[in-house]
Amino acid sequence: MSEPGPSPDRVRVTGPPRRRTPTARTADIDDETRLGGMYMGSLLREQLRLALGVLTVLGLTVGLLPLVFHLVPALSRFEVLGVPLAWLLLGALVYPWLLALGWIYVRRAERNERDFAELVTEVNR
Amino acid sequence: MNLDAAPGIVAVTAVTIATLVIGTWGLRFSRTTSDFFVASRSVRPRLNASAIGGEYLSAASFLGVAGLVLTFGADMLWYPVGWTAGYLVLLVLVAAPLRRSGAYTLPDFAEARLGSRAVRSVCSLLVVAVGWLYLLPQFQGAGITLRSTIGAPTWVGPAIVGIIVLANVTSGGMRSITFVQAFQYWLKLTALLVPAAVLLAVWADDATPYASGSDGWSVPLASGGGEGLYVTYSLIVATFLGTMGLPHVVVRFYTNPDGRAARRTTLVVLGLLGVFYLLPPLYGALGRVYAPTLAGTDRADALVLELPRIMLDGPAGELLTGLVTAGAFAAFLSTSSGLSIAVAGVLSQDVTGRLWAGRRLGGVAAFRLGAVVAVTVPCVVALAVPNLGVARAVGLAFAMAASTFCPLLLLGIWWRRLTPAGAIAGLLAGGVGCGVAIVWTLVVSRPSGWTDTLMGQPAAWSFPLALATMVVVSLLTAPRIPAHTGRFLVRLHTPEVLDLDRG
Repeated sequence: MSEPGPSPDRVRVTGPPRRRTPTARTADIDDETRLGGMYMGSLLREQLRLALGVLTVLGLTVGLLPLVFHLVPALSRFEVLGVPLAWLLLGALVYPWLLALGWIYVRRAERNERDFAELVTEVNR
Repeated sequence: MNLDAAPGIVAVTAVTIATLVIGTWGLRFSRTTSDFFVASRSVRPRLNASAIGGEYLSAASFLGVAGLVLTFGADMLWYPVGWTAGYLVLLVLVAAPLRRSGAYTLPDFAEARLGSRAVRSVCSLLVVAVGWLYLLPQFQGAGITLRSTIGAPTWVGPAIVGIIVLANVTSGGMRSITFVQAFQYWLKLTALLVPAAVLLAVWADDATPYASGSDGWSVPLASGGGEGLYVTYSLIVATFLGTMGLPHVVVRFYTNPDGRAARRTTLVVLGLLGVFYLLPPLYGALGRVYAPTLAGTDRADALVLELPRIMLDGPAGELLTGLVTAGAFAAFLSTSSGLSIAVAGVLSQDVTGRLWAGRRLGGVAAFRLGAVVAVTVPCVVALAVPNLGVARAVGLAFAMAASTFCPLLLLGIWWRRLTPAGAIAGLLAGGVGCGVAIVWTLVVSRPSGWTDTLMGQPAAWSFPLALATMVVVSLLTAPRIPAHTGRFLVRLHTPEVLDLDRG
């Protein structure tokens, strides 16, 4: 039984917005809960520790060379196959070494990120 | 002009034409403002790494290192080592987060991280300062190269380089420049590798065994005891830490598709630079045998260009001379293009793109106007002021970057408690400290004693000064930590595959 006159506008009825997975740990990071802060803190610490580790190795190898040559001047007269040691180290060997350090870093950094992704996409029970 | 000039003229013309053709070809892909600035972020790691290598290997690498090694010996090997190791430091500390920040330029990063227009303005000023400091020796070096290879007047080099760079940058922006620079890396490598192989064969054939190197030529340390040790370590600080703060290097990272690609790109760059930097010291060592009279003179910078003719007669020598001249010219073009894009990007966002007298230029028009200013100013200055020396001016640009943008990036990426006030204080402390040292170095003609040593190579004190100032002032202004810091760090450090709210 319908009344005469203009009918009211149609209204689309929807439910409240839903999260894709209500209890995924990513929600903790999005909502900046203490737990989310702990997940982020662990990722940051892990990556920073890795970066500082690589830089420490760099400092203790390449970085110490000037000091070693300063303290032991006789080293600069040392030759390998007719090439002075300083030339061999700084002119050639240092480059593959830098590449190796970079390669190790990239592998570990990507593994840290995979571990983090697995951790936070698990659903809390 | 005489017959000697022929290989040089052919080489310069060929590189110019190749650069313009590749730039025009790249233009077909360049349509939006985003193409101009960051090539729409779709450049694959290997192409991008070649482009970074092409952009980064400047006149200082192509010509300067060989000349310095010839004159001073093994302690100058720290320049190429530092320029490569700088990429390792950049890789481990900033590469992926910088890409994930989603900003176009250093000022964009600073504003997004700290939410402050004031920090942005200081950064823009510093980008222009570092960029121009680095562009100046490129233009001057181009003048010297054309004078020594084809006998042209000194103003011709800066003018040609300026015009070609402007043509490429204003027409295609970052997208076409990516192809041009990738091509120029391989050109530069070939232009050093082929002559080096031939010259080494000549050397082996000659049975002229070794250079009569004077004492200290094989010591990887600057002379002068304690002061020498300081100079060497300060150079290490400037190059290892300065690379990440160079505006043309940073701008390249935004063209990667994601953070993971940014890391892989940097790793490839480490390999490409390592291969290239094996070569310039060889020229220095061969120069010690065949051209010892060039050492210590202002012609030392031209060693790479002159060595083929000194060691070989006839067409072979001419051919190799043409090849190294082409490589040197490519070095000027690519580095100046990259720097001009970086400076033009900042100028177009903060100066030419602003509202002027009620009118606002569109994105691409503002970028083009910015590019004209970015190229013209250093080009004119290069003609007006006397030569500072390629390696010295570039070294000062590295020191400036290491004492301003390096601490900002390090603390911005890894430290939650950085505040806008702390960032500004640190940038000013490092920038002013380093600026004073640069002016001091330019004014004092014959440096002697500890004061001049400290001023001539400032990075070892100006970087810690800037870092400490940033930390202390940030701690003093702790209530002003930006509210969105946590969300921004999520964006910087989490892999893109995760579906997270990144602000």
